[in-house]
Amino acid sequence: MSMLEVRGVTKKFGSLVAVNDVTLTVEPGELRAIIGPNGAGKTTFFNLITGFFPPTAGRMFLEGRDITNVTATDRVAMGMARTFQITEIFPELTIRENIRIAAESAMGLRMKAWMSGSDTARVNDRIDEMLVATRLTAQADRLVGELSHGDQRSAEIAMALALRPRILLLDEPTAGMGEQETFQVAGLIRRLHRHANYTIVLIEHDMRVVFNLADRIMVLTEGTLLAEGTPQQIADNAAVQAAYLGAAA
Amino acid sequence: MSATTISAAPSRTAKPKLHLLIIWAALLTAPAWMGYIGGYDALASRILVFGLAAMGLNLLLGFTGVMSFGHAAYFGLGAYGAGFVLRYWVHSTPLAILCGILLGTVAGVVFGALMMRRTGMYFAMLTIAFGQICYYVAYSWNSVTGGYDGLRGFQRAPLDLGFTVLNIRDNGVLFYYFVLAIFAVCTALMGLLLRSPLGRTMIAIRENPRRARFLGINVERHILISFAISTFFTSVAGALYALLNNFADPTSLYYVISGNIVIMAVMGGMLNFWGPLLGAAIFVTLQDYISSMTVNWMSWIGIIFVAIVLFFPSGVLGFLRRRSASK
Ligand SMILES: Nc1ncnc2c1ncn2[C@@H]1O[C@H](COP(=O)(O)OP(=O)(O)OP(=O)(O)O)[C@@H](O)[C@H]1O
Ligand SMILES: [Mg+2]
Repeated sequence: MSMLEVRGVTKKFGSLVAVNDVTLTVEPGELRAIIGPNGAGKTTFFNLITGFFPPTAGRMFLEGRDITNVTATDRVAMGMARTFQITEIFPELTIRENIRIAAESAMGLRMKAWMSGSDTARVNDRIDEMLVATRLTAQADRLVGELSHGDQRSAEIAMALALRPRILLLDEPTAGMGEQETFQVAGLIRRLHRHANYTIVLIEHDMRVVFNLADRIMVLTEGTLLAEGTPQQIADNAAVQAAYLGAAA
Repeated sequence: MSATTISAAPSRTAKPKLHLLIIWAALLTAPAWMGYIGGYDALASRILVFGLAAMGLNLLLGFTGVMSFGHAAYFGLGAYGAGFVLRYWVHSTPLAILCGILLGTVAGVVFGALMMRRTGMYFAMLTIAFGQICYYVAYSWNSVTGGYDGLRGFQRAPLDLGFTVLNIRDNGVLFYYFVLAIFAVCTALMGLLLRSPLGRTMIAIRENPRRARFLGINVERHILISFAISTFFTSVAGALYALLNNFADPTSLYYVISGNIVIMAVMGGMLNFWGPLLGAAIFVTLQDYISSMTVNWMSWIGIIFVAIVLFFPSGVLGFLRRRSASK
């Protein structure tokens, strides 16, 4: 069964068709990249998948279950985690506390007004595990708002991972990063995909990152699906070269 | 720097402990020194009562980031609930408090559930509207509530502990310690709450509701929970207020009281656990002093409030904390 199946979704903002009849299937363990020029509708497509707003038309399925009318919060409970193009974190809390909130949510502890020692230990273990995975252990007790841009992005990924998602959606995780930071985050995504076998959908502008990491790529332009295939197929696609890669190269 | 003041994270410095020592030493010895600075037992009790009301409100305002201009409703219902028991039913202080809490909190849950579908300004307007409904009911239902004059003709009952009877009815100092004991239990509960997952959820919503939602937090439901918990503590304060005054009147439900409680929280520092208590101390004391000198006391409080907000935007306690942290 596919991990994620999106069938013909459309999103209109007034007269603007931001996403136009797009279909996508992501298999378990796959790393799927979404590329396209600015304003192509990539983030809007993510917002539809994660339930940020409802589609104008189309349906979506997560592991076979129809999630079209499921709230964003419930989609998280079903195993969907995302990061945002502009980092969304709790800036006045430490990294550890940021991850703690995510871990407690995932463990269903949200309503607890007191915690047993074993629950606390389980949460702390999960936090430490995420800190190690994202290499943030040394900064764990610093306020997220005080960290470098790259570390903030990593912290947001750590929160998403703490949810133990079935599918992870990353919106331009290397946006605004320098060479070194991009390299680090690409390495993190590679480890998550290759070693931890996460299913990942990645919006990314950095073509080296995309062509190095992705199993399959979809290309959006002006809300429509231009092409879909393996990195090699996309690189060889004349339409993609003309509309997008040609301009970038 | 602001991590320890804002987050409910386990504190990493020793300073908050010193804070606690000062606060509790001052509260425990208040009856001994209040007299020297022109205070009296009932004034000290009033500070605790409004401090508790403002700290209760602040769970919503400062820790969840949701505004309410209608908390007088739950304060006043707490007062009437306690008054009804003593006036019409049994001569028992604990039962009076319990019924006050019940009336205030049930109203908080019901009104809260009705308001939850609205956000922002509409929510704030509804909080006022529900408060005013309670006010007009209390004002008009003469035969039960005593109408404009309020519910009178009752007195708090001495506390029978089995082995001894504490005469909190006639002994103002003893009543102060009774209020302080309840205040201590309530603040301990609030402190534990803020260190629990439930409390961290509130802080998460305040810090970034969008992030919270995409971590699987049902934001609307948790705002309702926070609202209900907040009305619980405010109605405890209301019940104590009726016992303190030996009456309950419609002004305790009036939106002016709601505003006053908000002012206390903001003045003391709403990002701070103890800020609202300090705000209440300043407000109640000023009210007492200035109202004995001029009928225009409210405008003086207004001026002082504006000055505090302008010069200490994070409240008095927020300011003191920041200064001691930067030293
Ligand atoms: N909430 C919204 N309301 C109205 N228009 C929107 C909204 N969100 C996006 N749009 C519009 O939809 C189009 C697609 O935007 P979107 O953010 O999805 O593009 P993108 O591919 O993510 O671009 P970028 O690479 O710059 O992030 C744009 O024209 C944008 O202005
Ligand atoms: Mg985008």
